[in-house]
Amino acid sequence: MSEPPLLEVASLVKTYRLAGVGPFSRKSARPALAGVSFSMRRGLSFGIVGESGSGKSTLARIALALDRPDSGAVRLEGRSLFDLRRSELRALRAHMQMVFQDPYGSLDPRQRVEKIVAEPLAALGGASRAERRARVQASLEAVGLKASDASKHPHEFSGGQRQRIAIARALITRPKLVVADEPVSALDVSVQAQALNLMSDLQIEAGVTFLLISHDLAVVAHICETTAVMYRGRIVETGPTEALFAQPAHPYTRELIDATPRLDRPMRVAPLAPANGVEAPSEGCAYAPRCPFARVRCRDEEPTLDAAFDGGRRVACHFPLA
Amino acid sequence: MNLPVRFRRRGGASLWFGAALVAALIAAAAVSLFWTPYPPAAIDVPHKLAPPSWAHWFGTDSLGRDVASQVLAGSRISILVGVIAVGIGLAIGVVLGLLAAFARGLIEDAIMKLSDFVFAFPALLSAIMLTSTYGPGVVNAIIAIGVYNVPIIAKLTRVTANGVLAREYALAARAAGRGPIAIAFDHVLPNIAPALIVQATIQFAIAILAEAALSYLGLGAQPPQTSWGKMLADAQNVLYSAPWLALYPGVAIALSVLGLNLLGDGLRDALDPKLKTRS
Amino acid sequence: MLLEISGLAVDLPAPGGLQRIVDRASFSLAEGESLGVVGESGSGKTMTALALMGLTPESARVTGSIRFEGRELVGLDEEAMRELRGDRIAMIFQEPMTALNPLHSVGAQVAEPLMLHRGLTKRDAQQRAIELLGRVRLAEPERAARSYPFALSGGERQRAMIAMAIGCSPRLVIADEPTTALDVTVQARILALIDGLRAESKMAVLLVSHDLAVIAGHCDRVIVMYSGLIMESGPVEAVLREPKNPYTLALLEARPRPGAPRGARLRTIPGAPPVTHENRAGCPFAGRCALTVNVCRTMPPPEVAFGANRFSRCHRAREVGFAQ
Repeated sequence: MSEPPLLEVASLVKTYRLAGVGPFSRKSARPALAGVSFSMRRGLSFGIVGESGSGKSTLARIALALDRPDSGAVRLEGRSLFDLRRSELRALRAHMQMVFQDPYGSLDPRQRVEKIVAEPLAALGGASRAERRARVQASLEAVGLKASDASKHPHEFSGGQRQRIAIARALITRPKLVVADEPVSALDVSVQAQALNLMSDLQIEAGVTFLLISHDLAVVAHICETTAVMYRGRIVETGPTEALFAQPAHPYTRELIDATPRLDRPMRVAPLAPANGVEAPSEGCAYAPRCPFARVRCRDEEPTLDAAFDGGRRVACHFPLA
Repeated sequence: MNLPVRFRRRGGASLWFGAALVAALIAAAAVSLFWTPYPPAAIDVPHKLAPPSWAHWFGTDSLGRDVASQVLAGSRISILVGVIAVGIGLAIGVVLGLLAAFARGLIEDAIMKLSDFVFAFPALLSAIMLTSTYGPGVVNAIIAIGVYNVPIIAKLTRVTANGVLAREYALAARAAGRGPIAIAFDHVLPNIAPALIVQATIQFAIAILAEAALSYLGLGAQPPQTSWGKMLADAQNVLYSAPWLALYPGVAIALSVLGLNLLGDGLRDALDPKLKTRS
Repeated sequence: MLLEISGLAVDLPAPGGLQRIVDRASFSLAEGESLGVVGESGSGKTMTALALMGLTPESARVTGSIRFEGRELVGLDEEAMRELRGDRIAMIFQEPMTALNPLHSVGAQVAEPLMLHRGLTKRDAQQRAIELLGRVRLAEPERAARSYPFALSGGERQRAMIAMAIGCSPRLVIADEPTTALDVTVQARILALIDGLRAESKMAVLLVSHDLAVIAGHCDRVIVMYSGLIMESGPVEAVLREPKNPYTLALLEARPRPGAPRGARLRTIPGAPPVTHENRAGCPFAGRCALTVNVCRTMPPPEVAFGANRFSRCHRAREVGFAQ
């Protein structure tokens, strides 16, 4: 295909230095991202699944150039974000927006909805007041809110409505890419469904491609064509969502799927297994200490993300399942 | 659930009482511009040290000047000192605080160390040094007090600004492409304003006290200007024969300080968005 | 019957008068049984749990009856209640970081109820604390006992809190969203741990959660709450397989189903859970409910029984599940 990928992430590495607290805590630097690469095509939403410590939120911030990686590159439609001048980057932000997890914290409590939703336009500049108002109206209606809501304050809305406002804000510049970091986790179940339906609609009607980050497999499966599973700063498996969840190749993906509570079948958990306060080892596969299938090679040699099966599946495992 | 109702009532009492006292202070100053019972500086030696009476509501001082008029006129100095000193503190302090919060790193450290340095000097000592170097007088006293306000406001601004910058809506603003100045004006300042306002009322009260102390030492208002602190200083000598000379300016200072502190408390509760309930 | 709740109501003062947070709840729990309480925000599930422990806010008004081991808890004085807490009834909270005191070692906190209720000496209690930390499957229990909460991971802290809760072998453990703040793999292990402890010591568990699937996997019976009212109650499998209340049904259908085609329309519940419990004349779910008819807005829904241990609060309970 001649068209460059919508978003391309290449070998991202990011380490945070932890200040030690007390003589026995871990002072070592922990890599939040230990070499992450993937690429997204326009129109195919991409899901990132991981738990705490996987680095998924760090990845979201770096993908939007809100943080600089230690090494690696992020390219939006072929243009490397960290090589741009500040003004160029700002202009490019019109094409990539973000929706955050906390509907209560991501809206400034002192501003009216109109100002909140129009903020990306204010950053771009150029639109007249009338134009801004019209676009705010259109954005609000696109997410199922009323134009009259523009003059209210965030605290007058429920959590689900606030998340819609956040989505309206993300859409106002008609971005091609929207990064959504746990967009529905803080919502009640009945309201989650509304938000998910909205996101599905936007994919079709507004041509938005999502980079959806979540710990919830079902949510990711609902929106994303392709999914990557992250563990301790690395992608351990990636591929078409349905195939990935139906037939996981990496033991961690399998563990995630088994651990997710489901209504239709009882849970299969290694019962009474010891708690995992384990440090990620410095050599070999990061998952080896927890892996029921680990062998000697796993502790010595770190696996690379290689192709497995067909259909675009890649796994970082010496002994992939199935 | 029931907490917001309780807080609002409590904040209400402080707020109204404090506002009333502060309003009285301002009214006294305003009135004194046009009218006082007697010209404050009018010397009338035959009637010196007269106790309170119908002719002189608060009595007269050792030169026969009407105490009530002096109290009224003195309020002007108190307000002047408060407004300008706090104004200096805010103007410079907020800028430094924002700079520290946004720039982080070495600049933040430098600004904070500088603030600590100014803090380390006892305030009164700094004021005394300044006024003795550049001469006594209200203006220099104001500048001395104002300079002392700067690190207090700067530290408060830095801390609250950092709090706002850590919130997700500040990150959302960055993600939208807004620059630091836009974020400072649109998000940081409106959200830290309540804390600053409250601190400003506190600093106002402290400024009044500081001016009184300086004038007491003879470094503040010079004759024929009159201030409450100067009145207290003058009242020292005749404390046993004419105690009202110290009483009235002292009470005026106390009420002003009380009013400002109550106003600050009330404003803090009234402006706190967490106490607003959903409609 | 270990626990018998009858007509439990909790009211809180609000600007417009009293707000009813829990509305005449009635249910029971046998020894060793596990009951799930499921609901969204505003359902009153947490307040119900707090009422059982006598931990409702100062200004709350609790009426009705809570009989625990035959003893009436409503109106019981604070000192008697304190003797029960930690000893006969224990609670596990959602946020282990805030529920554990950051300034005390984990071992000291686990030992505290033992010293308080069992009169153990400090040394004996600390020894027993280490045993308990081992029982909740913490690797290196001695090290954990010496550590402070910040040094442990979320899952480890939650295990420590469970150790604290089971120390005196309580008859009833109330778990309020014990795994919501944890990763899903950790959640699975913690829930399995609770199941294991329950089997070992025949203690009853009241599990409060917003997640139906969690309740499905770990509870014998379930009550579904909405806006303070119990909408449906019964054995977990039956209720989830064949719900008799439109709210239960709607909750089940709102979850994206694994294996369903991507982007398939989820059946949503229009509107949002009510914030203020205003119109108590009719059913709180009226308007949002797909089966709403006139009587739903004016008359409170009756309890319709479906066999011995099962009921649904709905005017149209018998019609639920048929083509809507």
